[in-house]
Amino acid sequence: MGILEVKDVNKRFGGLKALSEVNLSVAENTVHAIIGPNGAGKSTLLNCLVGKLIPDTGSVMFDGQSVLGRKPFEINQMGISRVFQTPEIFGDLTVMENMMIPLFARRDGAYRLHAFRSVESEAELRSRAEAMLEDVKMLDKRHMHSASMSRGDKRRLEMAMCLVQEPRLLLLDEPTAGMARADTNNTIDLLKEIKEKRDITMAIIEHDMHVVFSLADRITVLAQGTPLVEDSPENIKGHPKVREAYLGEAA
Amino acid sequence: MFGLGKKDTTVFVVVIILALCAPFILNPFPTGSSLAQFNAGYPDLMQRFVIFGIFAIGFNLLFGLTGYLSFGHAAFLGMGSYAAVWMFKLLSMNVIPAIVLSMIVAGLFAVMIGYVSLRRSGIYFSILTLAFAQMSYNLAYSVLTPITNGETGLQITLDDPRILGASATADGGIPVTNLFGLEMRHFTTVDVAGWSFNFSVGYYLCAVIMILAFYVAIRIFRSPFGMMLRAIKSNQQRLYYTGLNARPYTLAVFVISGMYAGLAGGLMASMDPLAGPERMQWTASGEVVLMTILGGAGTLIGPVLGAGFIKYFENIFSKINDGVLHGWFAFLPDGLENFVIAILHPFVGKGWHLTLGLMFMLVVIFLPGGLVEGGQRISKALKRNKPEDSGAARKANHEPAE
Amino acid sequence: MDAIILQILNGLDKGSAYALIALGLTLIFGTLGVVNFAHGALFMIGAFCAVTLNRILTLSHQVVDESRKDFLGNPLKVDVPYVNDWFGEAAGATIIDWSVPLAILFSIPVMIAIGVIMERGLIKHFYRRPHADQILVTFGLAIVLQEIIKYFYGANPIPTPAPDVFRGSFDFGVLLGFDPNVIIYPYWRLVYFGFAALIVGAVFAFLQFTTFGMVVRAGMADRETVGLLGINIDRRFTIMFGLAAAVAGLAGVMYAPINSPNYHMGMDFLVLSFVVVVVGGMGSLPGAVLAGFVLGVLESFASMNEIKSILPGIDQIIIYLVAIIILLTRPRGLMGRKGVMED
Repeated sequence: MGILEVKDVNKRFGGLKALSEVNLSVAENTVHAIIGPNGAGKSTLLNCLVGKLIPDTGSVMFDGQSVLGRKPFEINQMGISRVFQTPEIFGDLTVMENMMIPLFARRDGAYRLHAFRSVESEAELRSRAEAMLEDVKMLDKRHMHSASMSRGDKRRLEMAMCLVQEPRLLLLDEPTAGMARADTNNTIDLLKEIKEKRDITMAIIEHDMHVVFSLADRITVLAQGTPLVEDSPENIKGHPKVREAYLGEAA
Repeated sequence: MFGLGKKDTTVFVVVIILALCAPFILNPFPTGSSLAQFNAGYPDLMQRFVIFGIFAIGFNLLFGLTGYLSFGHAAFLGMGSYAAVWMFKLLSMNVIPAIVLSMIVAGLFAVMIGYVSLRRSGIYFSILTLAFAQMSYNLAYSVLTPITNGETGLQITLDDPRILGASATADGGIPVTNLFGLEMRHFTTVDVAGWSFNFSVGYYLCAVIMILAFYVAIRIFRSPFGMMLRAIKSNQQRLYYTGLNARPYTLAVFVISGMYAGLAGGLMASMDPLAGPERMQWTASGEVVLMTILGGAGTLIGPVLGAGFIKYFENIFSKINDGVLHGWFAFLPDGLENFVIAILHPFVGKGWHLTLGLMFMLVVIFLPGGLVEGGQRISKALKRNKPEDSGAARKANHEPAE
Repeated sequence: MDAIILQILNGLDKGSAYALIALGLTLIFGTLGVVNFAHGALFMIGAFCAVTLNRILTLSHQVVDESRKDFLGNPLKVDVPYVNDWFGEAAGATIIDWSVPLAILFSIPVMIAIGVIMERGLIKHFYRRPHADQILVTFGLAIVLQEIIKYFYGANPIPTPAPDVFRGSFDFGVLLGFDPNVIIYPYWRLVYFGFAALIVGAVFAFLQFTTFGMVVRAGMADRETVGLLGINIDRRFTIMFGLAAAVAGLAGVMYAPINSPNYHMGMDFLVLSFVVVVVGGMGSLPGAVLAGFVLGVLESFASMNEIKSILPGIDQIIIYLVAIIILLTRPRGLMGRKGVMED
């Protein structure tokens, strides 16, 4: 049993079949990549996992519990954090404040009215935030206005915000899309480091084969809304069906 | 001090000093002088400064922190006023129960209106609040006349069945509002050399409540709650995927801000016990929007400045007539004098709304941070002018608000 | 039955005004993505175009009339409008009598000019700013415009009569076979309705059948793509803003005889027109027109005594109530496209 189990999921948009009979099992403490050409249904699948979309049929179980019908914030509280394709951070806030919010969310739940206590007085959460920033080498930027940072730094910050919640499953939606080669390599190193340091399961949707093959333990290839193959990176590389459907086009 | 950071303490102390010394600060000109008409230190006007200050502080908690632009906040102010006057009519002329009830009533309505309106954001939220406020206004004018006394407005009369207290005073007059016997309208005038200063009971009650309201607002700004509200303004999507539900936070701040408006309405009725529907009209809501933006939305002191600024100009600018202008420009040659006055004429006196509208537009276009941002820019420009001892200057010269 | 027809008729003139203002608001929102709180002010300026033209036409000089004497026996001085001198007395009087319809011609260039200046001078800098900023700056502009009008025309309503032929009412019921004096309807309101229908038809025809209209409609659907095609969409949008201003102005000109123009009539109509736009669906032109008429008629139904006795006060709040229900159950409005401004 994997930590995330997707069974027989179907999703239609009008006449378009976006997902059909998708089955997927992500084992604990692995990096599972989902690849496929444009329009293969990768983003639809991801949105079904985080509660943005509800599949027409099928089930999505996280750690033995169904996520279907739950709102995004409830799913996050179950232990799933998400990194977006373009970094989604709180641009009006400082880096430190950006880090405090996920920490409050974990400690206090989806809603708690602390109207009369100052943020400054939360020493324990602050030190955890600082430790996390140290980990992603951003401690010196903690007082910066986050909107004014480079895209690479925003990406780091977003990952730090997700990781500080100590999620059991981290979903990454094309984390290197639109990045320069050097930034992509930095992100790969960051993710590798994260994987070494802690027990975490990651599901990555990715276009860039270089990223996929340097990180993934398992790969699922999606084409036209259906999983084509699921195998280890070595086997995927040589798989004729995959070459035909995906890599052939890319090469 | 007071559980506040160093910068906030400074701002808070400044506000306390301004509020408590207002009778001096607002009367800088000797009574007999030609500039005496710019004195604003009479009780009635000073009360309005701080009451609208409270209103704007509350509005700023909602708009400044979350970015939800309510165009119906005057409805809560009106409801607060009605509640307070009813308390005077039925219970007692003491202002405390009236103020408490006005906050409760406004809070309850804010729960209902907020629960519905906050299901939408952006312009839809603005229009929903506008619709609710106009509904309240229209109803207060028409079918709710038994409660609101329609167009005339709700007033204290001689046959009110006051449970704690008499319907009329011993000499047959209408009783006045008081705080355990201290009459709100009572004031002492102190003459010092050419100056005269008014110390009014009503004003000091309002000022103390405004200081408390301001303190609460600072605490909310610096609390995790305030941080969540800024996060909502910044990126709701990220907030949802961080495991937080925005709705309860926005509803909570909407209710708090509605209660501030109710408090302002209750105080208004405590100073002058009557309440009319025009207080709920959407243009009255527009006024608090003007105050907040003009002063600086999202800053601590901005709304207070904005409220003071607008109320000052409403009362003082509107008094400038052609005679006064002639007095000012008498030094110019006749033709030029008339020309200058002809240019200025539309902007002063009855035309002061034109000045206000223009100023508001200029602020939205060039100074989105309002007067506070203007102050910051000026202080920065000054710092740049003396680059040698910049290190020391930068340390000493911290930015006004925030 | 007769009561229902009467209420429908009564709702039409207000509905026409709502529809025309909402049409302009939607044109601006749909093409430029701008929420224009100054649109009510444009309606008000239109009404004052009628007032202004009336004043220009009645500009007079004094003439000594020997045939009439005052009580001391001196000849009386009477005001003679210049138009009488130029066109003769009878024609002059007719021209003055028809000043409101004539103001249509007068107002079109004025309103287009105001619209273009507004867009070039102010609105265009706000395309990329948040809706809240747009609301705020146009709200400020609305205050400025209404204060300028107040400065020149004073705070009191200025009666502006319709031409003599259209004054009074006619018995509409008889035409439909009802008893006489059951359905009485003022002529001018019928004229207003017909005029509104004409304008709406003209705007739709313009958008449907001209190349310019096609580009604008394409721009409403997808601004960026049209821009990429090398079409200068910005200039067309400026013209659109002028057109929307003209529509609002015309609605105001013809409304002057129904409701004497005053400086705050724009603000009064603004809130209701926004509600109309929302009910119709943000960005949907047919929706705006439909909702304008529907809400106008609903409002007049709600003011029937039979209904007021069951639901007291309903006439005061019906429009807002409908808007709130629509916003909560179907945020895209009656005819809005899916995904436009839904959140």
